[in-house]
Amino acid sequence: MDYEIIVVGGGHAGCEACLAAARKGHKTLLITGNINNIADMPCNPSIGGSAKGIVVREIDALGGEMGRNADKSLLQIKMLNFAKGPAVQSLRAQADKITYPKNMLNTLKNTPNLDIKEELVKDVLTENNKVTGVLLENGEIIKAQAVILTTGTYMNADILVGDTRKREGPHGEKPSNYLSDNLEKKGFVLKRLKTGTPPRIDKSSIDFSKTKLEPGDNVYHTFSFDNEPVYNIDKQVPCYLTYTTEETHKIILDNLTKASMYGGLSDIKGVGPRYCPSIEDKVVRFRDKPRHQLFLEPESIYYDDIYLQGFSNSMPHEIQEKMVHSLPGLENAKILKYAYSIEYDAIYPTQLKFSLETKLIENLFTAGQINGTSGYEEAACQGLIAGINASLKLEGKEPLILKRSEAYIGVLIDDLITKGIRDPYRLLTSRAEYRLLLRSDNADLRLKDKAREVGLLDDLSYEKFILKKKQISKAKEEFKEIKLTPKDNDYLSNITTPINEGISLYNILKRPEIKVSDLTCFLKNEYSSEVLNQVMIQTKYEGYIDKALKEVKKMEHYENKKIPEDINYDDMHNLASEAKQKLKEVRPLTVGQAMRISGVNPADISILLMQMKRGK
Amino acid sequence: MNDTIAAIATAQGVGAIAIIRVSGPEAFNIVSKIFSNKKFKDADSHTINYGYILDNGDKIDEVLVTKMIGPKTFTREDVVEINTHGGILITSKILELLLLNGCRLAEPGEFTKRAFLNGRIDLTEAEGIMDLINSKTDKAREMAINQMNGDASNMIHNLRDELAGIISNIEVNIDYPEYEDIEEMTLDKLSLSLKDLEDKVNRILVRSREGEYIKNGIKTVIIGRPNVGKSSLLNRLLGQNKAIVTDVLGTTRDTIEATMVLDNIILNLIDTAGIRETEDKVESIGVSKSLKLMDEADLVLFMLNYGEEITSDDKKILEKLKGKNYIIVVNKTDLDKKLDDSILDDPVYVSVLDNKNIDEIKDRIKELFNLEKLETDDLTYLTSARSQAILKQVLESVKDVKNGIKNYPIDMVEIDLKNIWNLLGEIIGESYDEELLDQLFSRFCVGK
Repeated sequence: MDYEIIVVGGGHAGCEACLAAARKGHKTLLITGNINNIADMPCNPSIGGSAKGIVVREIDALGGEMGRNADKSLLQIKMLNFAKGPAVQSLRAQADKITYPKNMLNTLKNTPNLDIKEELVKDVLTENNKVTGVLLENGEIIKAQAVILTTGTYMNADILVGDTRKREGPHGEKPSNYLSDNLEKKGFVLKRLKTGTPPRIDKSSIDFSKTKLEPGDNVYHTFSFDNEPVYNIDKQVPCYLTYTTEETHKIILDNLTKASMYGGLSDIKGVGPRYCPSIEDKVVRFRDKPRHQLFLEPESIYYDDIYLQGFSNSMPHEIQEKMVHSLPGLENAKILKYAYSIEYDAIYPTQLKFSLETKLIENLFTAGQINGTSGYEEAACQGLIAGINASLKLEGKEPLILKRSEAYIGVLIDDLITKGIRDPYRLLTSRAEYRLLLRSDNADLRLKDKAREVGLLDDLSYEKFILKKKQISKAKEEFKEIKLTPKDNDYLSNITTPINEGISLYNILKRPEIKVSDLTCFLKNEYSSEVLNQVMIQTKYEGYIDKALKEVKKMEHYENKKIPEDINYDDMHNLASEAKQKLKEVRPLTVGQAMRISGVNPADISILLMQMKRGK
Repeated sequence: MNDTIAAIATAQGVGAIAIIRVSGPEAFNIVSKIFSNKKFKDADSHTINYGYILDNGDKIDEVLVTKMIGPKTFTREDVVEINTHGGILITSKILELLLLNGCRLAEPGEFTKRAFLNGRIDLTEAEGIMDLINSKTDKAREMAINQMNGDASNMIHNLRDELAGIISNIEVNIDYPEYEDIEEMTLDKLSLSLKDLEDKVNRILVRSREGEYIKNGIKTVIIGRPNVGKSSLLNRLLGQNKAIVTDVLGTTRDTIEATMVLDNIILNLIDTAGIRETEDKVESIGVSKSLKLMDEADLVLFMLNYGEEITSDDKKILEKLKGKNYIIVVNKTDLDKKLDDSILDDPVYVSVLDNKNIDEIKDRIKELFNLEKLETDDLTYLTSARSQAILKQVLESVKDVKNGIKNYPIDMVEIDLKNIWNLLGEIIGESYDEELLDQLFSRFCVGK
């Protein structure tokens, strides 16, 4: 049986990719090594986090599944950075590792146009550098017009523990032994990456009285703009906080050479994530720090594993025992699963276009860890974009490309294909230069029109969205029109700085000490708290938002300056050799993109601009 | 850069010799067309060739022509330099001939621009070169060289590093909100660092202004009523210092009468009232014009007559002097005293005629401008107006941050901090601005 689109891999990227393609009406096949591992969370049991939570909102606004699925599978949820400004607030949920994959599989199974097949893919078949289908390890050929690779950590995966190296995927799953070699034969440059996961502890063996309680928020949250909360705020499952001790550090330092990464294995090529270092790395790099924070996170209400966040390592089992037992509350802890590191193949992401289609092979798309990222959310958003763009390609339409000023997803993809990667890429708030525009609260305002355009927003949701937008502008108008004077109002005489003349609600709201709820009684109409919150943010932070918009405008000048496709960097003798090499590798589409390539400095940009002027 | 450019490389109209520079692929061919020396075309690189510049056979001038084959030249292109006998007419005529024969008139700064584009110099060096060209004293030259070596940018680098520390602290707090062990950047701590940053930027600005004096000289206006002795003082100051009378054709400084060097610092002396006096002996000083000049001056020498009473015009000027660098000079101490000097702020009493006490004026100037300190200090100033303008923008942003701290969460305030960081980057060429480059190069004088 032939398909229009084949998605290889059933992780978070794969799920979004196949759902987007199928929902857009394309006959889609998801090929996974193990159906029971679809939407698996092999590492931490949480969805969201700083910046990542905003990505989940963006996925939701664009018609993706991750947020909706997480809402159905919560153990607890929090708004991070609640005390800071709206631009950096971000949701993080503990998701149940049993429920989350189950709910996702249900959604997949109930999606029309989508089939699931359990097999491993050996090769991508091409003709004249264009995708024709895939070859399975059992020799079967399945034809397709487009293929999306979302292989996660499975390509040539090796599990590392102490001095042992074993060819297998997470949880002892079968790795993909042929695909990356075959990609290399087609000309792809591969990169070996490494990531790790901490030990899992038996809940009943932990003395929680020696740890600190970390509960969820006592207000309701949902990732999805369209969901009502389905959890009980009082029945959230808490996390706990503990710390490493001097003894832990001594055990680690005494046994350092036994860790895979510190001499236990001599053949490690994979580069680990800088932003998620192993506990060995933390102890070695910050020797003067007396302790490191560790979180005890429940994985599921259906089993007893506690995820020991912050304690990933590649020590032999007997050392891990000692290390764990040196932690307060874990003196008698029973380790259910030992920590391990995993090495895997990725493709170097500068080989991709903005659409996530590979430059080498037409209609071949890649998303997720294969592109060098780390994290469920980073994977899911790429899967969604790849799914959308593979579909649009088959429909003969322009790809969906999000700008850095429109979405964290745009920041992520631009970073990947423009800067490349050195280690697994994690999204951070600080990577977004326009983070004030890329807020959790306005992801729908930023992206729902685009979702509608690509066909992933149904009529009902769209009408709801249009109504919300209308309500916001109506409320804003009211705030500007309604004026209060101290004479006709007691309230005004009570607020800290006295106001003498008539002043609009809008201007009152601008005062830092005023909450929007202080003013709702003066409004003629009633508005939802979501609408009022939007008005509040847009009013209170107007000055900063305007500044950000001005910055966007300034950069747009460069972003719109297209570099001719046939430009010859070898002719520009004055370019620094590093800059020349990078420009040739990335082949940026615009001057704005060229500016972001590391190793390309302003003088190189000047030369490029001069060359372009001369070329005209 | 496929065309060949030409321009007069020396200041117009002055000096016994002028140089016309030609750069580009056709440099040798074009010059050959107007040069009597037929061996020139095949001459070796870096040779000087004698002959005449010819216009249809007519000898225009007897010249020496230097031939330099690229890339061992300033622009890395083929370069010709024609040494002529100076004078506006001859030099212009030769330039005109070059243009008629296929050269294009160089845009301002185009030679340097080509040097930059061909990889001969980098951006900061380019700025330094411009200052070097314009430097008039040894000290100014030293400073220009410092800028070329990047000493000036070190200071900015340090400020930027400190700021980066604060910014990354705030961002770590945002990205890892639950890590209680990471130090929290609080608004209080930020205020402290901000104060420090502001102080440093202010200090650089002050030092840059001093640097400005080194580079451009101290604009000194001598004012006072007719016959008070302004011209005599001017001459006295000049005479004792072997002053160079500058040629200032076509510049905005057409009011400068003379330039003197005091402790390696240039004083640009301005005396407009003098002109008026020669036109009409009885015309009183043009108060309004003097006031305008005072506004632009770095230093005002206000002269009064010991033998005359203070007039209402004088009082107007005294009033305007407040807040400026000024020295009150009371001249003609040989006359009987009629001046009420009780209202004067620490005047210097001199007799220009008898050459009495002139040195005290100089000492006062040195004191006012800290000239001795300038001399011993390390010479790291930001000399370009562009850099100074950006620093002023930095101060504006600091103000934004300070206001923000009162009312907004720290992550908002951090946006302005990043702006400051970017602005500082612009000074040392680590931010991007296309216009910056064009602006920079158009500031270069034609010819270098």
